[in-house]
Amino acid sequence: MADDDFDLEALKASVARAAPRPDPATRAAHLRAAQESFAASQESPGRARQGSERPGTGLWTGVREMIDRLTGRGALTLTTALVACGLLVLTPAGRGLWQPGPRITAPATGSDMPATAAVPAGDTVLPAPEAAPASPAAAAPPADAMPEMATGAFARMTGAAGPAAPAPFIAAPENSLWMPEQSRDSFANAPANPLQVTAENPVSTFSIDVDTASWSLVRRSLNFGALPPPDAVRIEEMVNYFPYAYPAPEGDAAFRPTITVMPSPWNPGTQLVEIGIQGRMPATADRPPLNLVFLIDTSGSMDAPDRLPLLKAAFRLMLTQLRPEDRVAIVTYAGSAGVALEPTPAGEAATITAALDTLAASGSTAGQAGLSQAYAVARQMAGDGDVTRVILATDGDFNVGPSSTAELESFIARARDSGVFLSVLGFGRGNLNDALMQALAQNGNGTAAYIDTLAEAQKVLVDQLTGTLFPIASDVKVQVEWNPATVAEYRLIGYETRALERADFNNDRVDAGDLGAGHTVTAIYEITPVGSPAVLVDPLRYGPGAAPGEESDELGFLRLRWKTPGEGESRLLETPIRAGDAGARPEDAGFAAAIAGFGQLLRGPDWTGDWSWDDALALAAASRGDDPYGYRSEALALMRIAATLADGGR
Amino acid sequence: MVTSDEDLALAAARGDGAAFAALVGRHYDRLFALAWRLTGERAEAEDLTQDICLALPRKLAGFRGEARVTTWLYRVAVNAAHDRRRRRATHARAADGWGDWEIARTEAAAEDRARLDWLTAAMRELPDDLRDTLALTLDDLTQAEVAQVLGVAEGTVAWRVSEAKKKLRAIRAREEA
Repeated sequence: MADDDFDLEALKASVARAAPRPDPATRAAHLRAAQESFAASQESPGRARQGSERPGTGLWTGVREMIDRLTGRGALTLTTALVACGLLVLTPAGRGLWQPGPRITAPATGSDMPATAAVPAGDTVLPAPEAAPASPAAAAPPADAMPEMATGAFARMTGAAGPAAPAPFIAAPENSLWMPEQSRDSFANAPANPLQVTAENPVSTFSIDVDTASWSLVRRSLNFGALPPPDAVRIEEMVNYFPYAYPAPEGDAAFRPTITVMPSPWNPGTQLVEIGIQGRMPATADRPPLNLVFLIDTSGSMDAPDRLPLLKAAFRLMLTQLRPEDRVAIVTYAGSAGVALEPTPAGEAATITAALDTLAASGSTAGQAGLSQAYAVARQMAGDGDVTRVILATDGDFNVGPSSTAELESFIARARDSGVFLSVLGFGRGNLNDALMQALAQNGNGTAAYIDTLAEAQKVLVDQLTGTLFPIASDVKVQVEWNPATVAEYRLIGYETRALERADFNNDRVDAGDLGAGHTVTAIYEITPVGSPAVLVDPLRYGPGAAPGEESDELGFLRLRWKTPGEGESRLLETPIRAGDAGARPEDAGFAAAIAGFGQLLRGPDWTGDWSWDDALALAAASRGDDPYGYRSEALALMRIAATLADGGR
Repeated sequence: MVTSDEDLALAAARGDGAAFAALVGRHYDRLFALAWRLTGERAEAEDLTQDICLALPRKLAGFRGEARVTTWLYRVAVNAAHDRRRRRATHARAADGWGDWEIARTEAAAEDRARLDWLTAAMRELPDDLRDTLALTLDDLTQAEVAQVLGVAEGTVAWRVSEAKKKLRAIRAREEA
């Protein structure tokens, strides 16, 4: 460069070269945040809503939800159609349409009030309030009453998406026509466990899983009127959502396994082996003091009724369960992290409630800064014999800054080794990062729960608080060796994300799930006895054949490894599995089987044959039992919804 | 031809969510690029762009169509950047001394910096006002428009640009020495 001056054009080119491209996912998140912020800015308090849209769902929720419920080609085609529709309004013809349509000149009052973007446009042309539709289905505006532009869009949509797509679309609030946005919920899952031939691979190893987040996600989706995405379905979490009254451990054993063998409801030639583990319920009177650090995401996206306000209500519920000597601190993160409440004894409820009340959502997310600060506060609170736990409440993406998820996980794992555990509570829907939540909680020796209603908060934070917060056994691993003389094939239902290598079982350095006080964990195998007509895999012609010498009626052998919390060395518990085992009450065994079957139907009926939604419902109804909290009744209601949705045709 | 920015912005200001979505979608990439020039770091730029996205709806209520939409958007962006710097300064004081993590993060950012084109790195050494001015000038805005965005006189912009060039030249001389 001979030229000594700075050529602005050269500088411009150089800077343009160095400039990064926006990350598509971040871009989508920002655009959605903008839209939510826009919707929020349009809501004036006190204005009666005429639409069927719930408050605060944001403008694009309808379309997002709708796309969620479509799968495969249908969704792709429809997405394309929506893009075409987006182009339509930007064409010369579209330009004029910005002006005359009822959307823009909408205020019927003729005042300068902002046009009612939060109200479905269809409603603005309805003659009188009493004509306002009551049910979501009726909310679909008649086509001839819709603005011209929207009708055109529908016509294109119908043409492009084929006859299957428009039906659910019309039921969606029509003001959400423009933005073709996929939900950014991401789920942790793996392909369903394959069938194993006992002679080839007799040993099955996995870590227990006490999370229940998947059930809540399924519930939320069904309550919205859509079958959940198959990847959101983790069957073991659905089964483990429900408490089962397995026999309590005797003496001071940490837990007790219960084995039940029963005919499989969906395949006459196979059997189910249910392994239930009941954790001890220590006398709550002598529990150690608790140090809780609430790490609360107060970024802008938490500003929706099912997020921050629900979170506050949930924590208020939880406070009632704490003792005066427990201590609570609150750290928030949004833009920058900060301590909203210094460590405070739970006895000072007024102070804590006041601090909760002042939390407001705004700004962007600085996840890792918040996490670091929460851990710093937790370390400062930790005392001898205390149980210290960070409880992260968030609606989704952690903006982890320069670090990767792996770094975040190792950060949490290091903190775990120093005795500070992490639990994760998920809120809201749309950008929930289920996979990250799972990863964080699994590394933090904690549970991930998804809070969608106050009733769920009651379950997780009040009814089962002791189990959520006090581990009684760490790194609990399950290994089952099946007997090739009696079991031809087996399949573990669920636990795909928890599979372990066979050698991991005896390796105490390999982390596994923790069992909380009073928790129950259930694992279900479907087995095909030797000689059953249901055997799928033919024996090898040149294989070793069944070992005839081993005369045993045992189906298999169950081994459990666990550590007493704080200890490094694991203990072993062994027990045979026999064909006649029937340890669980029939209503518990039957209900668990019904939920496992329901989960498999939701994931796709590969293994359940002709067994129908109604069969699942009938089995669950017959096994409801006493159901003191109403969890099982709720499940029945959801199964009915799923049956209707599935029959209505995907 | 497409609906003009101005029509979209006015419709959005009247509460049309679809117009708002179209407007933000159209300008997102430019805003991000500007955010990056203002901050010089990807993560910072992402956070700043999000701030802008969140702030736009409220600001939009005040859009009357007197200025070009880009000019107006850039004003929102520059203000958001100023807010961020202020908050950061406060936060940096408050965060003094907590955690190895913050140190590690800063170190990682420093490495990142070394990899970048030196010009961009040099831009980061400029004082905030010079960098803001340069960041806008590099986006096809006329000096008059830059002046409008920053709320200063046109002469000030011209002086700042020449001042920025002078400093960049000095930095280059230092690097080459």
